[in-house]
Amino acid sequence: MSTLTVTRATLLKDLRMEWRSKDAINSMLFFALLVVVIFSFAFNPTAEESRMIAGGLIWVAFLFAAVVALNQTWARELRNQVLDAYRVSPAPPNALFLAKAIGNFLFVVVLECLMTPLFVIFYELRSIGPVWQLIVVALLGTWALVVNGTFFAALSIRTRSREIMLPLILFPISIPALLAMVDATTTILTGDGTPDFWIKLLAVYDIVFTAICLMLFETVLNAE
Amino acid sequence: MIATASSTPPVIVLENLVKFFGRFAALRAISASFAPGRLYVVLGDNGAGKSTLLRVVAGLMEPSHGNCTLLGAKKVREVAHRVGYMGHAPLLYDELSGMENLRYFAGLYGIHDDEVSRNAMRTVGLDPDLTRRVGQYSQGMRQRLSLARAVLHDPELILLDEPFSNVDVHSAGDMAAVLGRVRDQGKTIFVVTHQAALMEGVADEFVHLAAGQIVDRQPRPSQETAGTGHPGLAGVAP
Repeated sequence: MSTLTVTRATLLKDLRMEWRSKDAINSMLFFALLVVVIFSFAFNPTAEESRMIAGGLIWVAFLFAAVVALNQTWARELRNQVLDAYRVSPAPPNALFLAKAIGNFLFVVVLECLMTPLFVIFYELRSIGPVWQLIVVALLGTWALVVNGTFFAALSIRTRSREIMLPLILFPISIPALLAMVDATTTILTGDGTPDFWIKLLAVYDIVFTAICLMLFETVLNAE
Repeated sequence: MIATASSTPPVIVLENLVKFFGRFAALRAISASFAPGRLYVVLGDNGAGKSTLLRVVAGLMEPSHGNCTLLGAKKVREVAHRVGYMGHAPLLYDELSGMENLRYFAGLYGIHDDEVSRNAMRTVGLDPDLTRRVGQYSQGMRQRLSLARAVLHDPELILLDEPFSNVDVHSAGDMAAVLGRVRDQGKTIFVVTHQAALMEGVADEFVHLAAGQIVDRQPRPSQETAGTGHPGLAGVAP
């Protein structure tokens, strides 16, 4: 059976389970909403100041919210030890990883779509640079977060305090991507320069880390 | 020394199998071979190494030393489609219905015909049209569905870890009968259980583990001698 077929089946299964439980999306939304509201009370910036700080605020909110979802990613597989059923099957390990990463990507993209209007309202955001570049940065940045997040969440599933372990491992390794996301977003919002370098950096980061995660996932999956 | 149960080519060959958890040896130099088409019941006290042995054979754990050859392959992954495994836990998604679970797991084995999953459910006495989620199933129903998942792809070798735990006597008896019928189709079955009495009528051989070693193997007597009692259960706690 092909990786694509199993990826699709696993992704559909995860989406169906999320649709029924809404565990990840509810907790992500609530968390991101809290960050937006608390930051808006704390700073109360002008429109100009908002453009300067929004890149950092947005991505910190999405990063923290994504961690909530990433921690749930493997929880379903650990309940009833369902992961063992996958491990004893002939299905390709990478199909499981890809399905989980794509699933998380979709959850975070949905979150971003729902939260962006709130950011615009609370921080009076108006982009001076082209908005399509923001979309490119959002997609590349989101993949950078979830591909590593999914991998490190898998790495920490057998540790006792995995909720704490994930951010401890994920945040340091995401620093180059976060830097690129924040700087690219600020550049586009303020219209001050071009974000090309940061977008290329994000693209390279995505390719390199996706390849590394795919190469190492089987080892992580079968680790005792 | 390797104890051979039969002259036919073995389905499992264990050579000096050792498994450590830290400094604790859960399996201690187990060497044995098991013939195909038989139903083996693995017995032993808690901590004897039964589940560990099954997990090593299933490829869920790497042995610390020694080799395990399964259906002629050194790597379990090469013959994964010919092996069925039912764990102590149900290995099912609570949020999905029985059919949704089976459909997904069938897909992992490249089976996309819904009728296969429906038949597997019927075989274990469950209604394929039941839309209730597995989280709302009784323990007995979960165990039956778990068994259906393990045999869904028609494996040659079936490994079952405590399939009767938390199951009422009637359901357990039904499950044991199903296992007997599956064995009669030529499959090799390993059942780890504490309930030896349930398997008395269907087991071909009782394998006793103690302190990580196989201490005894007792084949079921032939039909001619069966009337004198079952020596395989002598000294075995129910």
